[in-house]
Amino acid sequence: MDASNVISQFFSPAAWTFLKAVAGWFMSPIGFLVWTTLVKSAVLLGIVLGLVSYTVYAERRVSALIQDRLGPNRVGWQGLLQPVADALKLLLKENFTPKSANYFYFRLAPKLVMVPPILVLAVIPVGSSLFGVPITIASLNTGALYVLAISSISVYGIVLAGWSSNSKYPFLGGIRSSSQMISYELSLALSLVPVFMLIGSLNLDTIVHYQVEHGWLVFPFWPKGMTFSALWHPAEALNAFRAGLSLKHFLYWIPLFISFLLFLISMFAETNRLPFDLPEAEQELIGGYHTEYSSMGFALFFLGEYTAMIAGASAIITLFLGGWSLPLIPDGSHGWGWGIVNIVTFFAKVVALLLFFIWVRWTLPRFRFDQLMKLGWYFFFELAIVNIFLAAAVLTYIH
Amino acid sequence: MIVDRRKLNWTERLYFPAILQGLAITWKHFKKSLFGKGIITMQYPEEKWDARLPEWYRGAPTLVKDEHGRERCVSCQLCEFICPPRAITIQPMEISEGDPWRKVEKEPRIFDIDMARCIYCGLCEEVCPEQAIFLRKDYSVIGLDRSQMVHHKEKLYEMGGVMTGLVFKWNEKK
Repeated sequence: MDASNVISQFFSPAAWTFLKAVAGWFMSPIGFLVWTTLVKSAVLLGIVLGLVSYTVYAERRVSALIQDRLGPNRVGWQGLLQPVADALKLLLKENFTPKSANYFYFRLAPKLVMVPPILVLAVIPVGSSLFGVPITIASLNTGALYVLAISSISVYGIVLAGWSSNSKYPFLGGIRSSSQMISYELSLALSLVPVFMLIGSLNLDTIVHYQVEHGWLVFPFWPKGMTFSALWHPAEALNAFRAGLSLKHFLYWIPLFISFLLFLISMFAETNRLPFDLPEAEQELIGGYHTEYSSMGFALFFLGEYTAMIAGASAIITLFLGGWSLPLIPDGSHGWGWGIVNIVTFFAKVVALLLFFIWVRWTLPRFRFDQLMKLGWYFFFELAIVNIFLAAAVLTYIH
Repeated sequence: MIVDRRKLNWTERLYFPAILQGLAITWKHFKKSLFGKGIITMQYPEEKWDARLPEWYRGAPTLVKDEHGRERCVSCQLCEFICPPRAITIQPMEISEGDPWRKVEKEPRIFDIDMARCIYCGLCEEVCPEQAIFLRKDYSVIGLDRSQMVHHKEKLYEMGGVMTGLVFKWNEKK
């Protein structure tokens, strides 16, 4: 008597056939896709929201340490429960809407800021594969375009918040946000063109796999045949390294590195981080677009900003810093342990980049917005276009 | 004053060297603070500034007794009238027949200072002809509601303690 017969004794025949049908659906191709996607989305959302609240904590601690202070260190060991206390406080506050505000748009704006960065995470390959299931939630063929398109939507949330608050500081914040958007969005998108020209695909999975073979795009000197076994034979390893450091690689490294810098700086603007946090500008605009918000409305803006940071960092890592890959570390097809290692690698890179974002924020002063527009239109836009032609010339020369 | 805005040379106009310098400076501070060195803030409830408060510090107002245990306050109510936020409430009372300090004539029955109103200006101390009210170094006045923020007479004497000398006019003539 096998196990399923033993279990079937506990159910009525009708219930047993129903259970078998459900189990069958779960193992059918479409059912399998649905439930694995749901599980992946839930787990990723959990990880990212946890990461968001601890990014806020990290921001406060790191900024304090940079300024010779200690920062929040009372709630729990070293203040580690501070995010929980903050969330409780914000939940218990009154969600106030000013009388003169436009209620519908005033309430819509925070959601428009919070949702797009979470949507962006759907196409990011946060790991290779686990038990044969690819970790990317949606492996779109237009992945990179999707990231650019969706992440820009959160600007509308900020503009709407500024406008619907019907108050002067938020309004100034909203205007600044729109002026900022038209300055950096061009260079943000154009800076990626050389990457697509080199790889020939917009699919983020393909881009990561290219980097696994050829090295991270920010430093593409990784030889193709480099493995663990090659390391044991010094001569072979040396040859492989020589193959990596070829003139060809140096030539296309130049436009790629310019792309990386442009994308990184534009990403700072996209996520409203200092030196480009003009819409918020605590010192001049008293919080800018979210001045009139309280309770969860404010919390959504706050979390939205940090989720956007995580989404932005994920995009930078996927496109330029090798995604989940690490030299010499195999992908998930070599066992579930390596799959986990890949995911951990990705989030370690995200955390490192977030710390870099924080570090930059507490170092640089804010741009004036005419300076930002000048930087965007006179400098980055031209540089991005020249960079495309440079990449084209290099690629023609190589092939 | 005219600020000299000199032309930047091309390395300065690139901004990157300056940004890297800035990052290096903040990194230096971060590293130092991470190991607990160079923190210049004080961890308040554990560490306090109390020992370094100056003599003239204006903390909570208190009442004092003299070396004979007599209440210095004679209920003249000058402090009540001068108090800008009207934090002080005094109800005078005649000193009873058998009291050795009968000649002082008046003492306060009620002397309340509402610390939720007090602005620590020190005018009460300055106006007092009997040198009975002093601003001491207590700065952490707390209460869970408004009634707990009112300091009654007992509390004021407990905080103030004894102040010797200064006023001799009520002492026995030698």
